Amino acid sequence: MPHPAAVADRPFARFLPARLFPDRWGFATLAVALFVATPLIAVATIALTPAPEIWRHLYNTVLFGYIERTMMLIAGIGLGTLLIGTGTAWLVTMCRFPGRGLFNWALVLPLAVPTYILAFVFTDQLEYAGAVQGALREMFGWRNRQDYWFPEIRSMGGAITVMTLVLYPYVYLLARAAFLEQSVCVLEVSRTLGKNAWQSFWHVALPLARPAIVVGMTLAMMEALNDFGTVDFFGVRTFTAGIYDVWLNMDNISGAAQLASVLMVFVVVLVVLERMARRGQRYHHTSTKIQALPSYRLTGARAALAVVFCALPILLGFVLPASVLVSYAVVFFDVTLKANYLTITLNSISLSLGAAVIAAAIGLVLAYGLRMGAGPLPRAAVRFASIGYAVPGAVLAIGVIVPMAGLDNAIDGFSERVFGVSTGLLFSGTVIAILYGYLARFLALSFGTVEAGLGKVSRNMDGAARTLGASPIQTMARVHFPLVRTSLVTAGLLVFVDCMKELPITIILRPFGYDTLATFVFQYASDELFEESALGALTIVAAGLIPVIILSLTTLRSRPGHAGGDRA
Amino acid sequence: MTPPSIDHPKADGLHMLNVSHAFGDHTVVSGVSVFVKPGELVCLLGPSGCGKTTLLRLAAGLEELQIGRITIGEETVADGHGGRQLPPEKRNVGLMFQDFALFPHLTVFENVVFGLSENDTARRAWVRDTLSTMGLEEYSGAFPHVLSGGQQQRVALLRALAPAPRVLLLDEPFSGLDVNRRAQIRQDTFQILSRAGIATLMVTHDPEEAMFMADRILVMQNGRIVQSGTPVEIYFHPETAFVAELFGPVNRLPGRVTNGVLETPLGRFPGNGLAEGSEVSVLIRPEALSLSVPGPDGGAPDASVLTVQSARSLGRSSHLALTLDGGGDGQMLNARMPGVFLPDQGSRVLARVAPENILIFPREDN
Repeated sequence: MPHPAAVADRPFARFLPARLFPDRWGFATLAVALFVATPLIAVATIALTPAPEIWRHLYNTVLFGYIERTMMLIAGIGLGTLLIGTGTAWLVTMCRFPGRGLFNWALVLPLAVPTYILAFVFTDQLEYAGAVQGALREMFGWRNRQDYWFPEIRSMGGAITVMTLVLYPYVYLLARAAFLEQSVCVLEVSRTLGKNAWQSFWHVALPLARPAIVVGMTLAMMEALNDFGTVDFFGVRTFTAGIYDVWLNMDNISGAAQLASVLMVFVVVLVVLERMARRGQRYHHTSTKIQALPSYRLTGARAALAVVFCALPILLGFVLPASVLVSYAVVFFDVTLKANYLTITLNSISLSLGAAVIAAAIGLVLAYGLRMGAGPLPRAAVRFASIGYAVPGAVLAIGVIVPMAGLDNAIDGFSERVFGVSTGLLFSGTVIAILYGYLARFLALSFGTVEAGLGKVSRNMDGAARTLGASPIQTMARVHFPLVRTSLVTAGLLVFVDCMKELPITIILRPFGYDTLATFVFQYASDELFEESALGALTIVAAGLIPVIILSLTTLRSRPGHAGGDRA
Repeated sequence: MTPPSIDHPKADGLHMLNVSHAFGDHTVVSGVSVFVKPGELVCLLGPSGCGKTTLLRLAAGLEELQIGRITIGEETVADGHGGRQLPPEKRNVGLMFQDFALFPHLTVFENVVFGLSENDTARRAWVRDTLSTMGLEEYSGAFPHVLSGGQQQRVALLRALAPAPRVLLLDEPFSGLDVNRRAQIRQDTFQILSRAGIATLMVTHDPEEAMFMADRILVMQNGRIVQSGTPVEIYFHPETAFVAELFGPVNRLPGRVTNGVLETPLGRFPGNGLAEGSEVSVLIRPEALSLSVPGPDGGAPDASVLTVQSARSLGRSSHLALTLDGGGDGQMLNARMPGVFLPDQGSRVLARVAPENILIFPREDN
């Protein structure tokens, strides 16, 4: 009894009742995603608009210098984070030496320190008038610069060193996770095939962890591209510094926009690299079987070397800046308070809190929209909107200011024509512009967190709740909300902390005379008054510690029994 | 395990009439009717993608019915062509998912009473009793992730049964379980369900599971029901080659009817009214081939001679790969003999097939 496939029944799909609910979600998702992506679209539009005049000028003057220095900077930071991040990750996961348990979580600490703050601290300590050179002069009886050679901290090398010291934890965290996930079996196979521990690392463990390490490196390099404070302070003329300079000092917004579009090429390369590496990660899972990892016991000189190798990044990237800041903060406490510290802190907190709440809410809408089965167009828009995390703040700031100024002018023109009243600039140069910039940059953070949280709720759980008598609203309240709540708070917290640290967007978009902790510290440091803003810097670092502590705790819990292994 | 006493006041049947369903342009169910009597367990059996899970989701109300009608007891819960669509929470059906879909933020007890109201003391007491008869008492305050797969399955089943549903729907209830534990859990589930006396519609791709659990099996292929019957009918009297092959690989031989006799490479069989000259496919299950070692005089008139290519013991039975001597174009045949039957490779064996054990289908039905 064969039968032709049920072709004849096909037309009834047409008679489906219109399903408004998913469509509404799809529309909302698309609209919100496009709103967040507008700055990106603006920059892309500028990049694609021919501007031969500006280009000729840039080509003849600064362009190649910017390209060369930017490449050198991110290459140096890539290499530095690779070395420190992978090396420390390998040591703490695979070897036993004194202090391993401590290093295991403390190696994440430098992540709490924004690049520019470490730059200020290093400069303060290492410049001619700083503590280190002073001590050396004292010790050896040198009297002036001609008597000795000392590396100049305000240089390309200095910028690479400073940023590497606070960005290596990206590589450390991902490499460490990759090493932990690796099946012991492959390492044991390698040993039985005649490779020693060191060879096994080079030929098996490292290649398997490579995608994770590449992801970590690209994230570190994206952060390096984003940095404005360090390169500006050190006078390293990279793209980010250039954009700021061309725009605010030369008042040439189209020139800045063109520079931003070139910088986007770097961003795209990094994003593509990152995505490729993430895809690669999927094929590098060797087994789900997890056993206690082998621990090579290091003794004598080797153990000492391992301790130094792990301790140095923590000392330089966290302990040094933290202690310097604390001591200055104590000494200059009253001075900082008088400099409006409280108002500025309140500015920072309310701005970051606002951005956190908005980002978490929008992240929730987008994640829900995708879950409700939004079509390919909203889906693509959401993916596009979440590229913001890779785009340097200076570029996003341009992407915010251009459409906003356009909107302001349109409203002003309309009002002028219709009511005969000029409205002036409504949005540009207000806090709203900063919030918009924060949102464009940090949405990916909240969206990703909420989406991951919502991913834990399987569709069958919805079905189970419904068949057990819960209405859609009750399902949301009794199943979705309790499961997503934690991710929502985490999402808000991550965005909050990143906004507290944010410098380039704030400094470009802030209203006249408006300061956040970041701009306050930057301003003071630029005016050689770093000590007097130390309390502000310390506040930023303290806020930055919150997610780092959470990360450290999850790192400790990630592999039951492993963290305690060094006590044996 | 003692089956818990589950008393269900409502004994309703499930009736799905002429149901069709499409996702976009893709038709997954066409013109299917399913009737499950109160207390009966009906099994939808078919390969993945044949539309069986969609039927289950339609019955639960998780998909909107496009064409057809679904009634539970006397009540129409869904009517195609834009008619009534009772939302799932109003249908009072129990649905157990393949992945169990336990709520990770709720304890075992909270999961089970999710569908009960706060003041339903009777059902809550029943849940407590049943948890203890199922041996889950000590876990009632634990979270699902600490349970074994079998325990999770029981919690999910109990959660579906707790609100005393009118109809129970099971989606691949055992496929998420460890193979070694499956038989025991299947047995336990069977006892719980027969005690519950509730109309149950179960979906599976595993024929053995279907035969063990079901009062009636509906075999589905490409969105249609191709055969319906008791497990014995389905196994011994498959109406198509597809149904016959659901239960594992079979030997397929060409046959031709000449002078009222069906001639095949494995001998002659009664023509049984097949048209003269018609070409047919003859299907023979591996266990229907009865093998023997030839006596000293060689062949036997009623048996075919086969050459042994390999013979392996599987413990309970022996598996043999054989080729036909002369004719059959070197086709490989599989046989399964009970106990130990391990002739040497290359030796000859005699094969007989009882006429009632051959399955005949039209040749084009490939």
